[in-house]
Amino acid sequence: MTKQYLLGNEAIAKGCLESPVHFVTGYPGTPSSEVIDILRSLPERDLYVEWSVNEKVALENALAAAWCGLRALCTMKHVGLNVAADPLMTSAYTGVTGGLVIMSADDPFAHSSQNEQDSRCYALFSRVPCLDPSTIQEAHDMARDAFALSEQFSIPVIFRPTTRICHSKGDTLVGSPGTSGKKGEFHKNPQQYVVIPAHTRVLHRILNQKQPHIKKALVEKGYNKAVVRGPVAVVASGIAAAYVQEVLPANVSFMKIGAYPIDEEWLAEFVRQHEKVLVVEELHPVVEEAVRQVAGCVAVHGKKDGMVPFEGELSTVAVARIMLACGIPPSRVFPDSAPAGNLPPRPPILCAGCPHRPVFFAMRKVFRDGIFPSDIGCYTLGLQLGAVDTTICMGASVTIASGIAHSGEERDIVATIGDSTFLHTGIPGLLNAVYNGARIILVILDNRITAMTGHQPNPSTGVTACGVPTPPVSLEAICRACGVTYVETVDPYDLVSLHAVLKEARERPGVKVIIARQPCVITARRAGVRRGRFQVDADTCTACGLCIKFGCPAIEKVNEKAFINDQCSGCGVCVQICPAGAIGKEVKR
Amino acid sequence: MSGSFDILMVGIGGQGIILASNILGEACLIEGRSVRGAETHGMAQRGGSVEGHIRIDGKFGPLIAPGTAHMMIAFDMLEGLRYAHFLAPGGHMVVNSHMVIPTSVFMQGAAVPAEEEVLERLGGLSLCLVDADALAAEAGSPLSQNVVMIGAASWFMPCAPESLLGAVERLVPKKTMEINRKAFELGRAAGERCREGSRGA
Repeated sequence: MTKQYLLGNEAIAKGCLESPVHFVTGYPGTPSSEVIDILRSLPERDLYVEWSVNEKVALENALAAAWCGLRALCTMKHVGLNVAADPLMTSAYTGVTGGLVIMSADDPFAHSSQNEQDSRCYALFSRVPCLDPSTIQEAHDMARDAFALSEQFSIPVIFRPTTRICHSKGDTLVGSPGTSGKKGEFHKNPQQYVVIPAHTRVLHRILNQKQPHIKKALVEKGYNKAVVRGPVAVVASGIAAAYVQEVLPANVSFMKIGAYPIDEEWLAEFVRQHEKVLVVEELHPVVEEAVRQVAGCVAVHGKKDGMVPFEGELSTVAVARIMLACGIPPSRVFPDSAPAGNLPPRPPILCAGCPHRPVFFAMRKVFRDGIFPSDIGCYTLGLQLGAVDTTICMGASVTIASGIAHSGEERDIVATIGDSTFLHTGIPGLLNAVYNGARIILVILDNRITAMTGHQPNPSTGVTACGVPTPPVSLEAICRACGVTYVETVDPYDLVSLHAVLKEARERPGVKVIIARQPCVITARRAGVRRGRFQVDADTCTACGLCIKFGCPAIEKVNEKAFINDQCSGCGVCVQICPAGAIGKEVKR
Repeated sequence: MSGSFDILMVGIGGQGIILASNILGEACLIEGRSVRGAETHGMAQRGGSVEGHIRIDGKFGPLIAPGTAHMMIAFDMLEGLRYAHFLAPGGHMVVNSHMVIPTSVFMQGAAVPAEEEVLERLGGLSLCLVDADALAAEAGSPLSQNVVMIGAASWFMPCAPESLLGAVERLVPKKTMEINRKAFELGRAAGERCREGSRGA
């Protein structure tokens, strides 16, 4: 065992290697992505690792491996579990041979997500066990042990860290990786693997019969534990348990829930020894509902009486204030400290030279009253440029676009979607739009990478997760196969062509697809592309402000005139925007 | 009391806060201390305002409460002011004497305080100004700003400078170690001037 300072996701990856895991799939999503990024970047690897096309595909692949007796890990963010919900629900029935761990990373406060859903609800819904770490060490240990738990009960296990576990760091004791490289073998068993009604009714009964045994085991294994110290108790789960422990007075009882389902008999015995119980957890009141069911006359505080917020994330300060409000004085009080006012915000922004920016710029020019459904990716930041009107979930740009079109809206509808998102769940929407005769334009922002989550390769990149070359998929061929007759590919750095193609597409009937292809500026830089910087000739600049409005972080205003700073990547789009011809290649003096 | 020494690092995505946080964490390992940290990852980094929490001797959650940070390291002056309310009374702020104006200011014409105004508003704090850009250039690479800042801050935290430098050595590519050692030493010299009562650069 060695002690290392690890990111939560690194600790999870190391835990899986110690298990050892044999088969890994997933789709990138913050805050889950680093687990596979670490496993795929190992210098030596005798396990199978893939970035899958979407979470449903990922889970089905991992399930198959687990049926073949391998230990399989499938990673995703919480909303990815919606996409994978179909195989999840029935894999609980079929069970597994090798351990199957589904890591679904939740994001309280929606730091980088479209909602704050709680993966523990999926565990209750599907009746599979769920592990909920409160520290990085626990995340490591749970990831290591989850496969054996899955095998013990022949059932998939959901592993649910939150952002403040995945993207926190701590000193962590880690062991050595186990020996992987096991070969899977499929044993035919239609009663288990073919879920026709006659089989599935039996499987459902078996799933239900497992439940009491799982509940007991989770207490016996120490995931759920309690200490009685007085007439008042705090019950906490996940990282909220760490927050509570920092401010818990010595005379207050404490129960930590680290795994579900909760053993109700065990829970009732604890709760009934107290006069008052406060339940502290993030997101859905999963633990609180269980506590309330067994509480009888014991007073219970939590979300349902307004003491703990349903939304957002907790912190040690928030927990201390909740305890105080519930009449449980915390061991530490925190000062009120207000931030400085009147400061300009600094939101994340598309990079200097990002190929998405000129597309949004051209869309706004050509379609002055257009409607712009968009999707999930870096390009959602096009909101700041006035070119993103809707975002709901992966692949929903094209479907929202066709829905608006069929609703009778007469304005032009121009949707944007990235290459990875298009391949994830965009294709069925495009097929549907063509089949049903929608009149829309779809712009595929093809930067050949899944950029937002940390530049993971996808089928358009030309390499697999582990760097093995693979033929890049032709987006043009996919669109044509869906029945699109107008498919045009354009370089987004070429504003003139971009305008021309958008104008031409506007005049055509049906579904039009424009593929704006240019590598992500970050991957291009890493690959050694150096275009040389541009500069503004201050004497020629008329201070018209057009290039400033373009919104590139490399363009500043200095003494009312434009100035190009050292973030410039040399894309040259601003040169085409400047009406005075004041921008040119940098001249070294 | 939690007993931890809490350091908040703030800046702009891309300034190297994650490496700086790793250096502090690794220094804690060298000294056999427990440590907790939290930082901004993912798209939120793209040129946005970012924060890194480090709790030396921390045993619980990673987040530092407003009004309780024993020290702040601000890689940008404007971000220093944005997060100044995290500093505990008597805490030190080591701050880069430069600020990057947010692009939104140019696009939307939003008001932005001048550097003098930012300094004035930080006036009540125990401030150590470091010209990290110039010192990093002197060390040999603008990328070594984060190590300059850690060098300057090394006077105000419980980890020994040898441990911090040892951590730098473990974490940076070998060929950049000489630059980073120089960056650490230049930063440490700048921090010493603050410790002697002046405000630095």
